[in-house]
Amino acid sequence: MPRLRISLTINGEPRETDVWGGESLLYALRERLDLPGSKNACEQGECGSCSVLLDGVLVCSCLVLAAQADSHEVTTVEGLGAADDLHRVQEAFVAAGAVQCGFCTPGLVVATADLLERVPAPSDDEIREALSGNLCRCTGYQKIFDAVRLAAGIDA
Amino acid sequence: MSATRPKIKARPPTRPRLGKIGESVPRSDGTPKVMGEFAYASDLHAADMLWGHTLRSPHAHARIAEIDISQAVGMPGVHAVLTHADVPGRKTYGLEFTDQPVLAIDRVRYFGEPVAVVAAEHPEQARRAAEAIRVVYELLEPVADPERATEMEPLHPDRPTMGHGYRDDPRSNVVRHMVIRHGDPETAGDVTVDGVYEVGSQDQAFLGPESGLAIPDGEGGVDIYVATQWLHVDRDQVAPCLGLTVEQVRVHLAGVGGAFGGREDLSMQIHGALLALHTNRPVKFVYNREESFTGHVHRHPAKIWCEHRATRDGRITCVRMRILLDGGAYASSSTTVTSNAASFALGPYRVDNALIESTSVYTNNPPCGAMRGFGAVQTCFAAEAQMDRLAAELGIDPVELRLLNALAPGDYLPTGQLIDGALPTAEVIRRAAALEPPAPEGFPRDPIRLPGGAGNTTRGAGVHRGVGFAVGFKNICYSEGFDDSCAARVQLYADGSATVHCAATEVGQGVTDVILQVARTELGTDRITLAPHTTATVGSAGSASASRLTWMVSGAVRDACRAALEEQERREGGEVDVERVHHHRPTTPLDPETGQITGERAHVALAVAAMRAVVEVDIDLGLTRVVWVGTAQDVGKAINPQAVHGQIEGGTAQGLGLALMEEIQTRDGRIVNASFTDYLIPTALDMPPVTVVLVEDPEPDAPYGAKGVGEPPAIVSVAAIAAAVRDATGRALTRVPIRADDICL
Ligand code: FES
Ligand code: FES
Repeated sequence: MPRLRISLTINGEPRETDVWGGESLLYALRERLDLPGSKNACEQGECGSCSVLLDGVLVCSCLVLAAQADSHEVTTVEGLGAADDLHRVQEAFVAAGAVQCGFCTPGLVVATADLLERVPAPSDDEIREALSGNLCRCTGYQKIFDAVRLAAGIDA
Repeated sequence: MSATRPKIKARPPTRPRLGKIGESVPRSDGTPKVMGEFAYASDLHAADMLWGHTLRSPHAHARIAEIDISQAVGMPGVHAVLTHADVPGRKTYGLEFTDQPVLAIDRVRYFGEPVAVVAAEHPEQARRAAEAIRVVYELLEPVADPERATEMEPLHPDRPTMGHGYRDDPRSNVVRHMVIRHGDPETAGDVTVDGVYEVGSQDQAFLGPESGLAIPDGEGGVDIYVATQWLHVDRDQVAPCLGLTVEQVRVHLAGVGGAFGGREDLSMQIHGALLALHTNRPVKFVYNREESFTGHVHRHPAKIWCEHRATRDGRITCVRMRILLDGGAYASSSTTVTSNAASFALGPYRVDNALIESTSVYTNNPPCGAMRGFGAVQTCFAAEAQMDRLAAELGIDPVELRLLNALAPGDYLPTGQLIDGALPTAEVIRRAAALEPPAPEGFPRDPIRLPGGAGNTTRGAGVHRGVGFAVGFKNICYSEGFDDSCAARVQLYADGSATVHCAATEVGQGVTDVILQVARTELGTDRITLAPHTTATVGSAGSASASRLTWMVSGAVRDACRAALEEQERREGGEVDVERVHHHRPTTPLDPETGQITGERAHVALAVAAMRAVVEVDIDLGLTRVVWVGTAQDVGKAINPQAVHGQIEGGTAQGLGLALMEEIQTRDGRIVNASFTDYLIPTALDMPPVTVVLVEDPEPDAPYGAKGVGEPPAIVSVAAIAAAVRDATGRALTRVPIRADDICL
């Protein structure tokens, strides 16, 4: 299959890879760049499990062609925190019990980090609206809301 | 904003608290999951790996005249194209009956049935090669209407489910037909209410698509890493089809992105292993969402005819119910769902006389099998609607009517089984009824809080509030004589630390932490390592289903820990390695003619939940919004209260989905909404706050008194939310999911 080479910055590091023209950014991250943290629950832009920041803007990486990300900057869930230095959103998700199977979690963590960056103390409606593009089948969302409030330092 | 934008300041890391039984402990897999480092089945990678793809039938019912793979095999990157002719062992498999072809042989019976598999270097090459396979189909009339299935040509002329101790039913396409005859079903009442109810087919819609990696071992055997619910039963189904011994097939748990029953049946296991053995390369499968919708079984659509009779003062005298379940093309677990639907059809109420008839049929609709609630969801919806009708007819408060008839220890199930464990029906009813819903909110308000959300243009003019109440129950653990067991192995070292082996599948429910909490409690140490979940080092754990795993795993790990301590003491120290298999008390089958128990019990234990739901309905637009849910659930003992709350909230969300939005839609057997664009599951905007009360009434026979908790919320919430919408609209609403035009046309 014909290949093209792309260069981009991922989680602060310059990266290069060959991709096939039809591949999504999600596929390139997961299968070519060894960053499988972003998930592939629908690959149709409906579930948010693949959420990443592209030049600081929250996007579904399944809807972005890998080739479109050439020369751009991408932040994935892997870039948010480290095991001994979790991002406060990651820490809150664990503490609040917002993780069950966890397949939605990377996308929700990225979306929540993005929300709190824009709106440091969101209302409950703002939380629900901001996360309405991220499906979770396990939790019924209650503990995810708890986690967002915990990360934002809002008393429930 | 730059990609390296500064992190929101992280707080110093805290070491997760290592808790014992009864403590809310954060998940041990929480950190890798929030970091994106947890390896799900779809994340696996092996050197030299090929990608598998499945060619599926575009027809619900057809004869296969010809399969021509000649073009596909020569395409770039393609290493193998296999059909039924390449299945070296048994050509069929199945969870309970081997009625399903590994790859279609001469006939396809459902839309999406696997016909051929391909392995190629790139997933797109595999997809294109599959497209290049030429299959000549001769279309057959699909059996699409379950009510007519018994009059149609048999889809399985060899009647695979007959002759297994079930009632012999000569009619065409019957999977199982059972009758429960209890007391005198001709008993009259002062009042009678009847109704016919329907439940649409629900999809488990777990987020992690079916995926797995099969790796040949170079000696003719294979290792399969897969997201599944029961490792050992996968192995036992895979090996005969490959013509291998069970020792040659090792099944290992890969990270599971939710299950809810949909991973009880096989998906890629045999296909991946076939391709791996054929190419001598690792082969990975990842279904896309559309394929996932056709690649697993669904919740049985049901039609239920009910007649409830009661005295003037509200005591139920007799119930007659007829249940029809559409099993789809293959048996899967339909026989057990048929029986569960019947066993719990009356709800947790004392009923001395009943006639319950439950039938599942083969059709050319998508195969149905296990989904959270397992038959009890459908009948709870019908029975609870009947209780409300009865309450209205008698002029008795619906909660009072339920309390008046509440089932309790010492009473009997309609199968003649004495309830000798814990069943706090009246308690959960009282506790749920006492929960205070939030006060009604006025208008105008932010449209995000209107039925239909920001899309609602009426500003609340047609919005009515409604309150519903429901009670639901079901069994815990396997039933009807199935020998339910769970193994655990403990390696206890000289320094007191230990490794625990258990093949229980972590599907997100948190069983990993149950294992760890039990081991910490029993061994008195935090230094416990949990070995990988696999068939290779320990016996079967049984499946993550039937709300059984907490109970069974607790028993097995407890027994193994205690045995290890004893053994170590006997040997006066050193390293010991013991395996123990836990069994719950035995059950026996139901009599095939009367549906009555043949021993002391057909079910091990029961769990009950009650729920009050508040909705707002825009009766002009048919839009709904669930405002609040309050529930009290009988959990026996909460091993990890935070996780128990999570199960109840999540189960409630799935019930909300079935009540208001989720349905697999078919036309002549073909699924027409196989995407998250067309099959809607609840989002963060759809879920209301949920108030949860845990009722801890320890189950005498259960380790630590703990009952499973996953299913009751998914059962009761459908009925409670539907009742609330009825209350808001004044409409009968006998079918779920409730559609906009059911409300406003
Ligand atoms: S995988 Fe991208 S939105 Fe679902
Ligand atoms: S935790 Fe499983 S999908 Fe959200």
